[in-house]
Amino acid sequence: MPAPALPGKGLIKGLGVTGKTMLKTMFPGGLKKPKPDPVGGAVTVQYPHEKEAPPPRARGVIALKEENCTSCMLCARECPDWCIYIEAHKTKAPPRRAGGKPRKVNKLDRFDIDYALCMYCGICVEVCPFDALFWSPEYEFSEPHIADLLHDKALLGQWMETVPDFEPYEAGSQAKVKKVPR
Amino acid sequence: MNVLANILDPYWAKTIVRVVGALAFAILIAGTLVYVYLFKAVSFMQSRLGPMEAGPQGSMQLLAEVGKFLQKEDIYPTKADRLLFKAAPYVVFMSTFLLVLIIPFGPDAWFANLDVGIYFALSVSSISVIGILMAGWSSANKYSLLGGLRAAGQLIAYELPLVLAVVGVVIQAGTLNMQGIVGAQANGEIFGFGGIGNPYILTQFVGFAIFMISMQAELTQTPFDMPIAESELVAGYLTEYSGMRFLLFFIAEFATAGVFSAIAAVLFLGGWSLPGLHWESLGDVSNVMNVVGPLVLIGKVMVLSFIIFWVRFTFPRFREDQLQRLAWKFLIPISLVNIAATAVLKVAF
Repeated sequence: MPAPALPGKGLIKGLGVTGKTMLKTMFPGGLKKPKPDPVGGAVTVQYPHEKEAPPPRARGVIALKEENCTSCMLCARECPDWCIYIEAHKTKAPPRRAGGKPRKVNKLDRFDIDYALCMYCGICVEVCPFDALFWSPEYEFSEPHIADLLHDKALLGQWMETVPDFEPYEAGSQAKVKKVPR
Repeated sequence: MNVLANILDPYWAKTIVRVVGALAFAILIAGTLVYVYLFKAVSFMQSRLGPMEAGPQGSMQLLAEVGKFLQKEDIYPTKADRLLFKAAPYVVFMSTFLLVLIIPFGPDAWFANLDVGIYFALSVSSISVIGILMAGWSSANKYSLLGGLRAAGQLIAYELPLVLAVVGVVIQAGTLNMQGIVGAQANGEIFGFGGIGNPYILTQFVGFAIFMISMQAELTQTPFDMPIAESELVAGYLTEYSGMRFLLFFIAEFATAGVFSAIAAVLFLGGWSLPGLHWESLGDVSNVMNVVGPLVLIGKVMVLSFIIFWVRFTFPRFREDQLQRLAWKFLIPISLVNIAATAVLKVAF
């Protein structure tokens, strides 16, 4: 049978935890030469002044790689709240081989994502069979006017620059769709 | 009538000094505690920074907060009892304000030197219960009412151990006068050794512990914050208050924390006196201690209120029945035994 705990032992231990955390935050350099530096000791990132590095594969904003898009409409149809708008027209592209017939392709006229509606579920990125949509970790795109949250294909294309290079999945993780931005 | 002559009358002059001085002390100590402990020390305990934007290290944050509260709309519930609803914060604040009066800051630095000092303090501190009940009752809100009743039950339950813990000190000092208690500690001796006087925290440690626990409950600070338990009662008796009236409750809460710490410092830590300081009559030390004494007292207040906030941000809230059990079955019997033991030892030595 274990010895009965001393009454109040847990209380003292709790006070010790908070007390130690306070000292560690105030004096990150240790108590031998106490130099108060809470900014260095706290885990807080003072956001507007300094930015936190988002983790790999963070979901910030969705980027569009226009040349990969075939206007197949899968993303628009899978989108739970219908925030993707696609319009395209048929056009001729030069043949793959010399002397071949010109190919018929869909040229995008409009590819808009309404971020006022988007719920960042990522289904469009998952469902895209041609690697045209990517998650970007960029998160600073708030707007004073709600209409400005409708990102057109030019802006969605600009987000492409912020998409990090493909990182191999961790060992043992489920093999998923491999999305290679460039 | 000559108004000026009335003001220069010693009675009115004294009254003005008391009102202005006690108000200034209450607001300054509340501001200091809120910034140093509630904003900063507590943030550090959670590895946060606290306010950083307003002024260097957020030191102007209090002004920003007061400005924010002053701008807010003054809202009354339709069914509220207007008069009681308006008066409640002032009643609570008045209790704090009256408590400041009897604290001795130095040999001559006091607002009122009552012979019944500590008795007066314990009586006026119970006025806040009435204010809180008024707030809870007049809000016409079931959360407010529940919070108000919980507060009444809790404050009355913890008033008893608070008073009984003080009785031990009073027996040892042989006086109710706050200045007399300071003197009894500075000039006392523990079993014949008088080098550091007799700060009652040494001989009345049980009383000190009970006083601190009951004080925490009287201030409705966590772990005794059942009356404003935000996860059950929205904000208890504060639910319907906004703007200036909420600010008054807020200032009163933290000013009372400071004032109760000052009373605890006077009762158990020797007040404005320093260990090793003795005097025949108060006049011997009045030159130096009238200046140094207030600083010493403020230092002791900061130490004691640090304990309040340290406990507040370490422990989770009590359940209502646990709270009552602690007071009635544990603190009150112990404090009664403490009184009996103190009385026996006082007579024996």
